[in-house]
Amino acid sequence: MNQIITSKSTKETTGRLTRPVPTPRTRQNNFAQRTFFIFTLLPVSLILIVTIALLVRSWPILNAYPLSNLLFGNIWKPTNGLFGFWPFILGTFWVSIVGIILAVPLCLLTSIYLAEYAQSKTRSIAKPVLDLLAAIPPVVYGVWGLLAIVPFVDKVLAPLSDRWLGSIPIFSVNQPTGFGILAAGIVLAVMIAPLIISVMYEIFSTVPNDLRHASLAVGATQWQTIRNIILPQVAPGIIAAIVLGASRALGETIAVLMVVGNIPQVPTSIFDSAYPLPALIANNYGEMMSIPLYDAALLSAALVLLLVILVFNILSMLVIQRMLRRKWAS
Amino acid sequence: MDAHIQVKNLNVYYGKQQALKDVNIEVPKKQITVIMGPSGCGKTTLLKSLNRFLEITDGAQITGEVLVDGQNIYDSEVDVTEVRKVVGLLAQRPSPLPMSIYDNVVYGMNIHRMKKDRKEYKAAVRHYLEIAGLWEEVHKRLHDPATSLSIGQQQRLCLARGLAVEPEIILGDEPTSALDPISSQNIESRLIDLKQQYTTVIVTHTLRQAKRLADHVIYMYMGEVIEAGLAKEIFSSPKHERTKQYLEGLF
Repeated sequence: MNQIITSKSTKETTGRLTRPVPTPRTRQNNFAQRTFFIFTLLPVSLILIVTIALLVRSWPILNAYPLSNLLFGNIWKPTNGLFGFWPFILGTFWVSIVGIILAVPLCLLTSIYLAEYAQSKTRSIAKPVLDLLAAIPPVVYGVWGLLAIVPFVDKVLAPLSDRWLGSIPIFSVNQPTGFGILAAGIVLAVMIAPLIISVMYEIFSTVPNDLRHASLAVGATQWQTIRNIILPQVAPGIIAAIVLGASRALGETIAVLMVVGNIPQVPTSIFDSAYPLPALIANNYGEMMSIPLYDAALLSAALVLLLVILVFNILSMLVIQRMLRRKWAS
Repeated sequence: MDAHIQVKNLNVYYGKQQALKDVNIEVPKKQITVIMGPSGCGKTTLLKSLNRFLEITDGAQITGEVLVDGQNIYDSEVDVTEVRKVVGLLAQRPSPLPMSIYDNVVYGMNIHRMKKDRKEYKAAVRHYLEIAGLWEEVHKRLHDPATSLSIGQQQRLCLARGLAVEPEIILGDEPTSALDPISSQNIESRLIDLKQQYTTVIVTHTLRQAKRLADHVIYMYMGEVIEAGLAKEIFSSPKHERTKQYLEGLF
């Protein structure tokens, strides 16, 4: 049926609704559509351009050494021609994972409180304060970490851990300076918390009130409602919020490099110093460029960081999609 | 009259705006009481004061008493979840929980740990779906998501879910306003069947529905109860001028 109608209408183009000649307003519309399309393409192509540029600039070193030597090499001695990224890659993950582990429970509880329990008055004070926290420049967090967190780790947490958890390798204190993964993780947790909380809060507020009321109406407590109805609904969104925080943590540079110790070693404990990739690039790019391949090595470090974050994001997108699909299937 | 619910000197404020003004009513046991009146007159507010749902609304202030079987449900010693177990609510829009049909009926029973084992739960699900007139339609797909039901079926499922926690009172907040005529009729006949066992309070804005359902009527206007009493009397000879005008469809 439809086909007959359309073939008819294409033949008879003299109808009242057809407009063979473009008028100014249809031309305007077409122009707007195309322009906006190009601007949409821009960020997509930017990722490609950055990746390709990094690939080109790091080509000398990728050509000179096998990839596995670079990625899994343990020793970083550019003057001797040894470029192992493994300590930096591990450092990045250690610091980010500690940050995430510290931040997530806190953020979850805060956002549940704000979205589900808090009176609107409490909310109207707490939300802007949290947003303000997100606006503090990283370097300020770095200074705060240096002055408060590093001594706190050194004087309080390290002795405590040494005393009670010292026999567990990841809690043992091998380098008692305070500078290290734990300090960086704490600073990171505080930095990414406002972001995660605000995303989680938005996700909680997407749950329709009808569902809350339906649960409360049969005599469920608020906590039963949250646990049985709301949390299952928002689980994919919670993962998304954590991923967003983790991406931020993986890339955070200045605040981390101020407190992490910057020693290129493979860490074995949260009290060890580490040297994450962003810190490596920020500390060294532009210096000692006379060393052969040094420039290419740093840019390939940037490439590795970019790929790590991309892969991480793609994986988490897949996880979220799977969760959503399972939710609709149930 | 054997009053199941007594409302005494109830005043409700949303901020500075007064939504209920000194409401005093009695709701008789095991009959259908219909609250009617023009929109914005406070009928839903009155209904929601009966299961303490007003507390969910931010900034609602309540003074006065609501007695259920002689006990003030706003007493500080009263557990709000127990109130809502005794006083069930059928909402305006059907709100199936995002789980299976079966789990929807089980939800409230599970919350209150009312049954011992799966067998008991299964029997209870069947029982309440039958009461809600839904069993025949869904017994072959109990584990399908509740959202796969039609909207009328969803409302009957919500009725079954509410009844499953063994309330004594059913509140209905315009429970058919989102439904098509046939589904509405279905819900109405359920409510009439159920009035043998439950005290029922329905808010409606359709006069014809009020006439079909009501044993007792409460007529409200601008936050005040203008007239309350037997449906027969009020529909045939309203005492108050405003009630008369409303019944004649003047506003």
